[in-house]
Amino acid sequence: MSATANRALLTVEHLTMRFGGLLAVNDVSFVASNREITAIIGPNGAGKTTVFNCLTGFYKPTIGRLTLDHGDHTFLLEQMDDFRVAQKARVGRTFQNIRLFPGMSVLENLIVAQHNRLMRASGYTLFGLFGTGTYRHAEQEAVEKARYWLDRVRLLDRADANAGALPYGAQRRLEIARAMCSDPVLLCLDEPAAGLNPRESAELNELLRFIKTEHEIGILLIEHDMSVVMGISDHIVVLDYGRKISDGSPEHVRNDPAVIRAYLGEEEDEAEAAR
Amino acid sequence: MEYFVQQLINGLTLGAIYGLIAIGYTMVYGIIGMINFAHGDVFMIGAFVALISFLVLGIAGVTWLPLALLLVLLIAMFVTSAYGWAVERLAYRPLRGSFRLAPLISAIGMSIFLQNYVQIAQGARVKPLPPLIQGGFTFMEHGSFTVSLSYMQIIIVVLTLALMTAFSLLIARTALGRAQRACEQDRTMAALLGINVDRTISLTFVMGAALAAVAGMMFLLYYGVIDFFIGFLAGIKAFTAAVLGGIGSLPGAMLGGLLIGLIETFWSAYFTIEYKDVAAFSILVLVLIFRPSGLLGRPEVEKV
Repeated sequence: MSATANRALLTVEHLTMRFGGLLAVNDVSFVASNREITAIIGPNGAGKTTVFNCLTGFYKPTIGRLTLDHGDHTFLLEQMDDFRVAQKARVGRTFQNIRLFPGMSVLENLIVAQHNRLMRASGYTLFGLFGTGTYRHAEQEAVEKARYWLDRVRLLDRADANAGALPYGAQRRLEIARAMCSDPVLLCLDEPAAGLNPRESAELNELLRFIKTEHEIGILLIEHDMSVVMGISDHIVVLDYGRKISDGSPEHVRNDPAVIRAYLGEEEDEAEAAR
Repeated sequence: MEYFVQQLINGLTLGAIYGLIAIGYTMVYGIIGMINFAHGDVFMIGAFVALISFLVLGIAGVTWLPLALLLVLLIAMFVTSAYGWAVERLAYRPLRGSFRLAPLISAIGMSIFLQNYVQIAQGARVKPLPPLIQGGFTFMEHGSFTVSLSYMQIIIVVLTLALMTAFSLLIARTALGRAQRACEQDRTMAALLGINVDRTISLTFVMGAALAAVAGMMFLLYYGVIDFFIGFLAGIKAFTAAVLGGIGSLPGAMLGGLLIGLIETFWSAYFTIEYKDVAAFSILVLVLIFRPSGLLGRPEVEKV
């Protein structure tokens, strides 16, 4: 462990999201730290994806404050437009169902993610058209970065393939690479292991650990695959019916009776006794 | 033979103008999946701005023709782009996320508004511009018929080719072009990667309007008369061209424009000139029946 302790990167306070009569997220607070993997788990419909949607500017929370701390500057995510969350606060995200740009090549998918830097370097396109030096240089850098991540996710040889034509597991890896190309300080992954075979999900664990330690960012993870969650998480938050029912280390959460009850259901006599 | 070559030249010139307008339709459709029915009227505005700038420059004493042409081109592109931007901002953006037909109806309203606005501001009578660029080449001079290729026609075709090349490069190579293609494929995901989707859409309208302005100026110089209603027919023809080429496809719009121009010209030359519009629109009907995705368009695949 280095001298600088992990600091709180994302602080969620009293997050509440109401859709009409449905309370999807109810007064949830937690902290996700830099250089840590924080998993959000819970049964289907617990409100995990809704939390992500609030974080990335898709939804405006009914109540709550979402603070992202860059160290030198803090952002209040609930007040920002969706593209500014990615551009300024630098929150990256992947989806449960893969959302690559299928009509673009693998490499282009990664270069699009570096749009804002390229836009600035190209003088908002005017000079890009004439291929001036600064723009060429910036584009060269963008390609370098893309190749670095392609190498990481073992897709370097498919760089010019159509993104939509890749096999499923490769598309999942490419999505993570694309999110990383946008230079996030917080990476939100929505079920990255869904549909992966055991070998692929072991690889995913490896990749996420690498991102956490080498790139020193925070990862927020929604996942059902417990081998992934327990294997790599530093910290777990458990939601059920929109409420937080447990929060702590994997050890703590694994033995928490509230979690066991939510996942396995209450036993008849326990329910009786509780009354 | 001479007659055929002459019609080919005329058809390509007309097709170039249609192609430039068609790019505006196809780019907007590509990015927001909506037909911008006011685009033909933006073309008309471009022609009027060009006419007014010619007159103002004439009064100001700019009489050296190449300079005057260049200035008019830039002014027309700039002012018309501002109109294109304003149309998007006022008539379409507030309706984004509304039901699919809403922006379409708004577009038709905008088209009617622009026509009436120009009619009131400029009068309903046709506006002439004396021919500025005269002369040309003649060749194949045997017999009574000679083929002529005017300087104006050369300018139109060369300028069109240059602009189309520039725009294809812009879409393929620059960050803005990549952002446009990203928004086309998945707007939400584009926003999550930090792309300002609203601004990208605005710029698409601006680019389409700038090309329409060039088309408007060339129309003015080629035909010498304009009125507030030219945008309707030219707009529908260009829309037909975009559909024929495959809406959403940039090379398709260019190809479609050329084909519509050629079909119209050859029909007028060999059959009846009164029915030239019928010929062009019959093509639209046939394309919609037999190849709805157009010549170069990709069939829409339902997402599962």
